[in-house]
This record gives sequence, structure tokens and C-alpha cells, in this order.
Amino acid sequence: MQLPIELPGLLNYWMVIILMMSGFFVVISHGNLIKKIVGLNVFQVSVFVFYITMSKVDGGAAPILDDAIQNYSNPLPHVLILTAIVVGVATTALGLALVVRIRDAYSTIEDDEILEQERDNA
Amino acid sequence: MLSGLSSHLPVILVVLPLIAAPICVIFRSASLAWLIALIASWLCLGISIFLLEQVISNGPISYLLGNWPAPWGIEYKVDVLSAFVMLIVTSIGAIVMVFAPKSVQIEIPSDRTYLFYTMYLLTFAGLLGITITADAFNLFVFLEISSLSSYVLISLGAQRNALTAALRYLILGTVGATFYIIGVGLMYQMTGTLNISDLAERMPDVASTKTILIAVGFITVGIGLKLGLFPLHVWLPNAYAYAPSVVTAFLAATATKVAVYALLRVYFSIFGINLFSALPIAEVLLILGLIAIISMSTVAIYQNNAKRLLAYSSVAQVGYMVIGIGMLTITGLTATILHLFNHAVIKGALFLALAAVFYRIKSVKVEDMAGLGKAMPYTMAAFVAAGFSLIGVPSTVGFISKWYLILGALDKDWWLVAILIVVSSLLAVIYFWKVIEYAYFKNRPDGATEIRDVPLSMLIPIWVMVGSNFYFGLNTNFTISAAMKAATSLIGDAP
Repeated sequence: MQLPIELPGLLNYWMVIILMMSGFFVVISHGNLIKKIVGLNVFQVSVFVFYITMSKVDGGAAPILDDAIQNYSNPLPHVLILTAIVVGVATTALGLALVVRIRDAYSTIEDDEILEQERDNA
Repeated sequence: MLSGLSSHLPVILVVLPLIAAPICVIFRSASLAWLIALIASWLCLGISIFLLEQVISNGPISYLLGNWPAPWGIEYKVDVLSAFVMLIVTSIGAIVMVFAPKSVQIEIPSDRTYLFYTMYLLTFAGLLGITITADAFNLFVFLEISSLSSYVLISLGAQRNALTAALRYLILGTVGATFYIIGVGLMYQMTGTLNISDLAERMPDVASTKTILIAVGFITVGIGLKLGLFPLHVWLPNAYAYAPSVVTAFLAATATKVAVYALLRVYFSIFGINLFSALPIAEVLLILGLIAIISMSTVAIYQNNAKRLLAYSSVAQVGYMVIGIGMLTITGLTATILHLFNHAVIKGALFLALAAVFYRIKSVKVEDMAGLGKAMPYTMAAFVAAGFSLIGVPSTVGFISKWYLILGALDKDWWLVAILIVVSSLLAVIYFWKVIEYAYFKNRPDGATEIRDVPLSMLIPIWVMVGSNFYFGLNTNFTISAAMKAATSLIGDAP
């Protein structure tokens, strides 16, 4: 498939950096715990995109053992990222489960309100 | 060399706890789960002792998973350093498991106890995996196995603060792990390999490129978050303070040590000593370490919760290890590797003693420990003995590692560093004295219930741990020669 316009070579890497920084910013700046976890996800996804981008070879096909295919993309980073996606899903699931328990215990999921309650009890 | 079943021991070491974990879930019985965890831990201890002996007499062991040749398949590699760290993890695990059942009984709801042992086994498998793997990406996978299960372990704490402590650790830990894979990705981009020895071979050609230097930065910060390197330690005090006592004892003695091991691997086995002339990492580590040992010891003085106090002291102790790395000499690295072992037995003993205190008085606040010296003489005596080791009194392990650290500093004519190390030990005397003062020079409050010392099944593991503080403090041949060998293999012949 041919794209109608040619993408500039480093576009993907710029996307990686934008995703990474916006995800990281959300993790740091937002007090809502769900938003923090969403930010964490965006941050991780940027790394997935980074790995997939670096393995793509210009004009490369899927790595299938066939005489017709001479030029193929590197499959290894794709496999690595499958593992990293599984880790990411596990992290998100655990994080959300913790947020549910935190809401039960503090009846809020805002970081500053939780801190206030903890300070009052200390 | 190795034949038959014994040739598969490197992989069995990781697979055994990994398989034992789901078996615990199948049976759903607390006592059976404990038995499985106990047996798995002791078997792993046996395996790691055997592997250490093999490695010391016959040199490194390499194991190919599924028999795929090394740079393509995943390789497990056991050398003196990894076998030494394996021994730390498995021996602490084995002793903590003997101690665990009574303490777990009162701190974790009985319907969740089997899950506690499952998570313990997964953490254990993950930590062992980090030490044994020779593949940079595999290391990330094991890092996350151990971290994810330790977040769960921490969240099992009885107070609600345990939940927030676990979530904060989860967020920072995930950021750390993600930083690590960014670094690995950048290295892969430049070298096209993930195998550690293969990476080391191809690294010199690309070592001075910006990509690699950025990779070093990402990996340093990533692993720094995991090991509680000052100022990336903010998750650590709460996580240690609110986790169930047994979990604190296990994690404090092993998790940060394994992270230091990972840092050593990346710095010296992948990048090699030349890295430090390209980037001022050694200087940064040295300064952060010095700030950590002074400031964190000072913060520890003002803590009311004894577990939190020891948690801050742990951050300070990580500072010592990092200073050793920053010296870039064999003596400095020997001190770091020695301190991995020594700090594990010190903090293991202290946190187990606190777990025993909690078992009796349901609190680890320093004020609540008033009069315990009389009420629980054996437990508190163990606590004090381990405390001497933490401070670095001669004849204890704490003294040995500080001795080597100061020797390393004097070798380089760093008088200020040596003085700061001594000052930080004096600060340790102050924060430790606080606990002793309450336990021995104050009386139990009027009307407090009569308490007895804890049962033998708790006292014996505590005293085994305390005993090893003194045994390895007096009989230093084994630890020092192993640490020296490991340090020499990391630095090679460089000065």
C-alpha cells in the first residue's frame, strides 16, 4: 500500500517524544489517581511505538521465509514489545485494582485529599 | 563439568518458585502454601550454594534456554557475582519463610494468606531471574515480575496507608522499568543485540555516540528508582513502613540489593570501565551517595515509627553501596558487593526482630516499645546486636564493609569521604540509641498487658540472622574472597 504523501523520516520519533512527555507530564501533574494511571499508560505506549519504529526497514515486508521476500523488517523488537504490552496490562490492572481499594478506604481518589487524610491521622 | 540434571540447575532455580506459585493458588490452603514456599526456598538455597561452589572452582556456567545458541536465544549465566547475590536472596528467603507463618497469621487475613505466599514466590523467582539472566531484555521481564508481585505484597499491609504506599511505588516503579527499556531499546538500536556479553563486545565501536550516552542516562535513572538511590527513594519509606512485617524484612534485605546488582551488571559487564571517562557518572553517584548517607541518617533520627526509621536507614545504606561504585577501584567495588551481603543480614535481622515486636504489642512506634528490654529480652537483645552491626562495631559484618569502604576512600586520598562515612555511622548511633533508650531505660506503661517473648519458631530465625552478623564479621574469608573475585571480574585489570 502506498501512502498519498511521504512521511518525513523522523516523524515517528517525534511522536514517541511527544507521547512520552505528555504521558510523563500527566503522571506528575495530575492528582487524580485514575488520570495518573492513564498517563502511565501513554508513557509506556510511547516506548512500544519507539521499539516498533526502530525495527521497520524501509520497504521491508513481513519476515516470512519465502524466496520472494528479500527485504524484511526486524521481527525481534515486535516480539519484545508483545512482552512489554503484557507487562503494561498487568501494571494497569494492578494499579486500577489498588485505586478501587483506595477509594473504599479513603472515599476519594484525589491525591491531595488522600494526603490530607493521612496527615490528619499521623 | 556439569552433567545430567545438575546441568539444568541454573534454570531450575528460577522455574521452581515460578511453578510453585500457581500450585499455591490451586490448593488455596494457608498451611500448604506455606509448606510449598518453605520447601521451594530451601531447595533454591541448596541450588545456589551448589552453583556458587561450582562457579568458584570451575569458572562461569552458561546455560542456553531451549539450547538456542547464545546471541539469538536467551542465555543464563552464573558467575561469582551473580551466584553471590543469588545466595543472598535465597538464604534470606529461606530464613524469612521459617519465621513467616506466625507473623503472617496476625497481619494478613486468613483467606488471603495463600495469596501472600504465591506473591512471595513470584517475587523470589523474579529476583533470582534478575541475578541469573544474561539478556538485557529478559532482565526487564524479571524486574517487572518481582516488582509487580512486591506491589501486591506491600498492599497486603493492614493499614490503609499500605494501599497508597503500594500505588506510589507502582507508579514510580513502572516509570523506572520503562526508563530501563528505553535504555535497552537505544542500545539495541546501536548494536543489534541484547545478550550482555555480545553487547559488551560491540559496545566499544559505538560507545561515544549520543544514543548510547542517552541510554546510559535512562538506565541509570530507571534502576536508580528501583534501588532507592537518593533522591529517587521517595517511595521507599512508606512502602517499607506499611507493608506486612515479614514482607518488609524480605524486601529490605533483597530487592534493593538485586537492583544494585543490576546496576553493576549494566555498568561493568555491558559498558565497561571506559564508560566512566565518557560521562561523569562516578562523580554523580559519589555525591548522591554522600548526600544519602548524611541526610537520610539525619532524617531517620526524627522518625517515630521504628520501621520507617530503618527504612530511611536503608536509603542511607544504599548510599554506601553507591559510594563504593563511585570509587571505581577494586577495593571500592569489593566494599559495595560485601555490603550487599552484609546489609542483607543486618536489615533482615532488624526487621525480623521488629516483626516479632509487632507480633506481641501490635505496634512498632518507638514510644510503644518502652520497657520491652525486660518484657521481650531475647528479641530486644537480637535487635540491639543487629543494631551494633548496623552502626559498624568491630567484630560485626557492618564493620567489615565500612572498613573496606574507608580503605577504598583512603587509597584515593579522599579524606572528606572517609570522614563523612564515619560521621554517618555516628548518626546511626543516635537514631539507634533512640530505640534502645525506650526499650531499656523506660518502663512499660501502667496497665499494659503482660507479654512474654515470642515463640522459638520466631526467635531461632532472628538469632540465626544475628548470628551470621557476627559469624561473617569474625570469619571473613568466604565473603571477602567472593566479593573480591566478583569485583576483579567486573573491573578486570584496570586500576
